[in-house]
Amino acid sequence: MGSLQLQSIRKSFGNQDVLKGIDLDVKDGEFVIFVGPSGCGKSTLLRVIAGLEDASSGSVRIDGKEVSAVPPAKRGIAMVFQSYALYPHLTVKDNMGLGLKQVGETKAVIDQRVAKASAMLSLDPYLARRPSEMSGGQRQRVAIGRAIVREPKLFLFDEPLSNLDAALRVQTRLEIAGLHRRLKATMIYVTHDQVEAMTLADKIVVLNAGQVEQVGSPMELYNKPTNLFVAGFIGSPQMNFISAEKLGQSGAKTIGIRPEHIALSREAGEWKGKVIHVEHLGADTIVYLEAETTGLLTVRLFGEHAYAPDDIVHATPDTVLMHRFDAEGRAIS
Amino acid sequence: MSNARTAPVRTALIHLALLSYTVIALFPVFLTVVNSFKSRAAIFREPMAVPSPATFSLIGYETVLKQGDFLGYFQNSMIVTIASIALVLLFGAMAAFALSEYRFRGNLLMGLYLALGIMIPIRLGTVAILQGMVATGLVNTRTALVLVYTAQGLPLAIFILSEFMRTVSDDLKNAGRIDGLSEYSIFFRLVLPLVRPAMATVAVFTMIPIWNDLWFPLILAPGEATKTVTLGAQMFIGQYVTNWNAVLAALSLAIMPVMILYVIFSRQLIRGITAGAVK
Ligand SMILES: Nc1ncnc2c1ncn2[C@@H]1O[C@H](COP(=O)(O)OP(=O)(O)OP(=O)(O)O)[C@@H](O)[C@H]1O
Ligand SMILES: [Mg+2]
Repeated sequence: MGSLQLQSIRKSFGNQDVLKGIDLDVKDGEFVIFVGPSGCGKSTLLRVIAGLEDASSGSVRIDGKEVSAVPPAKRGIAMVFQSYALYPHLTVKDNMGLGLKQVGETKAVIDQRVAKASAMLSLDPYLARRPSEMSGGQRQRVAIGRAIVREPKLFLFDEPLSNLDAALRVQTRLEIAGLHRRLKATMIYVTHDQVEAMTLADKIVVLNAGQVEQVGSPMELYNKPTNLFVAGFIGSPQMNFISAEKLGQSGAKTIGIRPEHIALSREAGEWKGKVIHVEHLGADTIVYLEAETTGLLTVRLFGEHAYAPDDIVHATPDTVLMHRFDAEGRAIS
Repeated sequence: MSNARTAPVRTALIHLALLSYTVIALFPVFLTVVNSFKSRAAIFREPMAVPSPATFSLIGYETVLKQGDFLGYFQNSMIVTIASIALVLLFGAMAAFALSEYRFRGNLLMGLYLALGIMIPIRLGTVAILQGMVATGLVNTRTALVLVYTAQGLPLAIFILSEFMRTVSDDLKNAGRIDGLSEYSIFFRLVLPLVRPAMATVAVFTMIPIWNDLWFPLILAPGEATKTVTLGAQMFIGQYVTNWNAVLAALSLAIMPVMILYVIFSRQLIRGITAGAVK
């Protein structure tokens, strides 16, 4: 009851093409995450789906029904904004109930649905407050509550957690994951945060400059990126890219190897190099080294390691996990 | 009471500047009010003195209330001013909303066209306006004044309000659209309350020139039934003899309503309710 199909969606502002033909198929109940660099058109795409912006061409279907001529309120969607966007003059309860009031639901129905949502999000003590009397985390929960109350087919989230501090972000992320399990609704979620993307998504859509680079499950994107952009965008720290020439390999232009797939040793290994910087993160140690053959390499080691700048080390890549890309940046399988 | 941000000398200088400005600004008002309570001879003998039991006289106020229909003049001024402010705020806000919210062809040109009136004084068109009013039979009506003042106030109102409306969060308006609010509800229920301080500013800027205007009442509505206070006070100023008691009393009385309106609007200026809307 909440599928979404996008067909060659294009959007231009003046002569600037922001979306350049987006095709996407979202199945009922899926949790889909849009990631991509700033300005690549994620929010614009979300607004097109919501009907807040008209696409220049292409079609949006919700539940198999073409919605290009349907206003946002009638599309069966709900949206949560980065800036919360709560109505400042209404109490929490009225904020959550406004959408239902507009479609003429009875007070009993509204009260019951608001009560259900506020119980889900532990908002009961705050129902009579106004947004200005609440903390950022509480406001974002109200915004999520306002979406739930409408019982939409499709939830749209535009970077909902980016104004929250780290601890609150983890907590709210868990709440959203729980919500998705319980409501079994389709959710589309925009984020900058890799961890959010990897942990929440059934399916990640990587966007770049108004185009879809790759669609797949988090592990597919991590293990089998189809091009250099996705390989570099997914995974942190970023994948090492080494020109194939330097390694004397033929049939590829660039070789990619993730920092966690390189082993370090003081005695022997494939690439000799000098440590230039070390970051100790407790669970991980990130070592940056200048290797003779490959140039700058990032290596991620699990646990604590006593490497220090200027140490001479030897790095050995796990050849099975290497990625190979051709001159156009496409992955070679 | 000095701390990191306020050196005592600087504070003193700032206060000195503010105090002297206050004195300069209030002095004419003070002179008007004080002299309106004195006898004619006392006004000329010692214009600076406050009324003493010997010089105190209400003759000015008596003349004002007896001669002509001053209450009626006040009523005219109030009706014209309030109706004009209301129309300027309503239409100004609507135009500003359209200009700041919707992308349409000619948006920028339209904005410039509507703001043109800030630079071109409406009085340049007096003759044409008068001809129009004569043709439509609106001469000597308050409607004529309200129409002209609305036109006069709109350019600045649109200019100020559209700048403010650009700052209202898009997300908030979009949230309203998703919740099924019509564009009118979004305008009246979400945007207007958030730009209330700007509306108050516009109201003050619009009100004062209208209340004080002599030009258009004199030309468009000089009839006894539609005279405004400023025009009414003119009858005490003659070519050879001026009844200063009455003029000063009329002016003192004319300050009151505009003061009250100002106090009402300036409270709105201070009370912003944006806090908590976004972030
Ligand atoms: N109303 C508009 N008028 C003109 N250009 C716009 C408008 N809205 C967005 N754009 C442009 O479209 C591009 C994509 O914007 P969008 O907000 O979708 O990016 P985004 O991927 O959400 O970025 P971020 O991650 O920073 O939120 C940007 O280059 C932006 O300048
Ligand atoms: Mg965005």
